[in-house]
Amino acid sequence: MKLYLKIWRQKDAETKGQIVDYTLDGVEGDMSFLEMLDILNEELVSKGEEPVEFDHDCREGICGTCSLQINGEPHGPDRLITTCQLHMRKFNDGDTIVIEPFRAKAFPVIKDLIVDRSSFDRIQQAGGFISVNTSGNTVDANAIPIPKEDADKAMDAATCIGCGACVAACKNASAMLFTSAKVSQFALLPQGQVEAADRVQNMVRQMDLEGFGNCTNTGACEVECPKGISLENIARMNREYLSATTKG
Amino acid sequence: MSGLIKSSIARKVVMALSGLFLVIFLVLHVTINLASVVSPDFFNEASHFMGYNPLVQYLMQPILIIGVIVHFVMGFGLELQNKRARGISYVKYSGAANAPWVSRNMIYSGLVILAFLGLHFYDFWVHEMTYKYIEMNPENPTRYYAETVEKFAPFWRTIIYVISFVLLSLHLWHGFSSSFQSMGVNNKYTPAIKSFTKIFAVVVPLAFVFIALYHHLNPITH
Ligand code: SF4
Ligand code: FES
Repeated sequence: MKLYLKIWRQKDAETKGQIVDYTLDGVEGDMSFLEMLDILNEELVSKGEEPVEFDHDCREGICGTCSLQINGEPHGPDRLITTCQLHMRKFNDGDTIVIEPFRAKAFPVIKDLIVDRSSFDRIQQAGGFISVNTSGNTVDANAIPIPKEDADKAMDAATCIGCGACVAACKNASAMLFTSAKVSQFALLPQGQVEAADRVQNMVRQMDLEGFGNCTNTGACEVECPKGISLENIARMNREYLSATTKG
Repeated sequence: MSGLIKSSIARKVVMALSGLFLVIFLVLHVTINLASVVSPDFFNEASHFMGYNPLVQYLMQPILIIGVIVHFVMGFGLELQNKRARGISYVKYSGAANAPWVSRNMIYSGLVILAFLGLHFYDFWVHEMTYKYIEMNPENPTRYYAETVEKFAPFWRTIIYVISFVLLSLHLWHGFSSSFQSMGVNNKYTPAIKSFTKIFAVVVPLAFVFIALYHHLNPITH
């Protein structure tokens, strides 16, 4: 199929970017979206032009590196997938596809479609861990009995791959879904209790410092999240935060 | 505690609490107004009580006004902050693909309601204050019904009221159940809260619409 691509091109963080039009022929339905971009880039390189820079690593939906706002939605029109898992059969011959970087003040563009998501790393570093002694007498985590339901919910929260689609989708560029997933995966387990109050306060403080917007419960994040992280996690984080702050 | 005031979650909770407070007020308001359709005498009595009871006048009324101001000022401030958080706008943004219109446009439904409150305050509150404290008129416990019905005589005012109630409905449709999520309530009762929200968001504004139209169509003939 033949596609008309409108792609955000930006030389570097300082330079102003713009949408550039490309026409790409010979795209097959079983190609992934990133493979389609690979073909475009091969054409550009053979013509001596700068290829379009985009993030990717695993190309199987587990690392969260690929991003892209495709026709106004993070990871494109399909649900519960990342951009690397998006197939071109979701598009039709003659379609125009607008491809932009994830937009948030806290995700500055580095080049073309690549954004800097290290604000997520800093939120994680602010409290997304448990402190355990690893000096040789570490207790096996499985030695502590955990109700199945809690273990399942913690595991669900832990499937967040930190891709940033929640921020990209949210009209407020809020990072509540990501942060709440990272808070919840510990809040639900006994190992997470010791540092629970500090964790939620520090992670929320960092989230606010990074300049993400405020959640208004539109639910766009949950719909666009490739891992189906639930809004329940945001409510849990709100609870954790309120109880931590009012007690201390 | 200071962290609580500055944090995004705290602001969310303030929006939720002030919103729920206004919802409770709305229930009281619609109940008294319905009386104007059923029993003008009871409506007069209730209005007189609200207008002259010191607890209502000097405690509840200021709290209500503060509630409206907090909800509006914070809502507006959050909206500005949220706009800034995006930075550069998308060339293409498919908001409708992942979130309902009402949830994405609370600022607009809210602004219409605020503009309506301006008119509503002018119509009734300013009138009341002038009557009581500027013109120093004596108490008259039977004037309220006639005054209210008279307000709905002009078609333009009735229409503005009706349109505002539609926007109020949209605002409640998202806001009511959303305030529970903001306060951390998302559990097995959430589907029930959401269903109740939809009923509430339709029934209460519809009652207000009914009252406005009823008085417009049934003027007092002398
Ligand atoms: S919550 Fe979902 S959308 Fe957000 S970063 Fe995690 S996986 Fe991505
Ligand atoms: S490249 Fe790893 S999730 Fe897409």
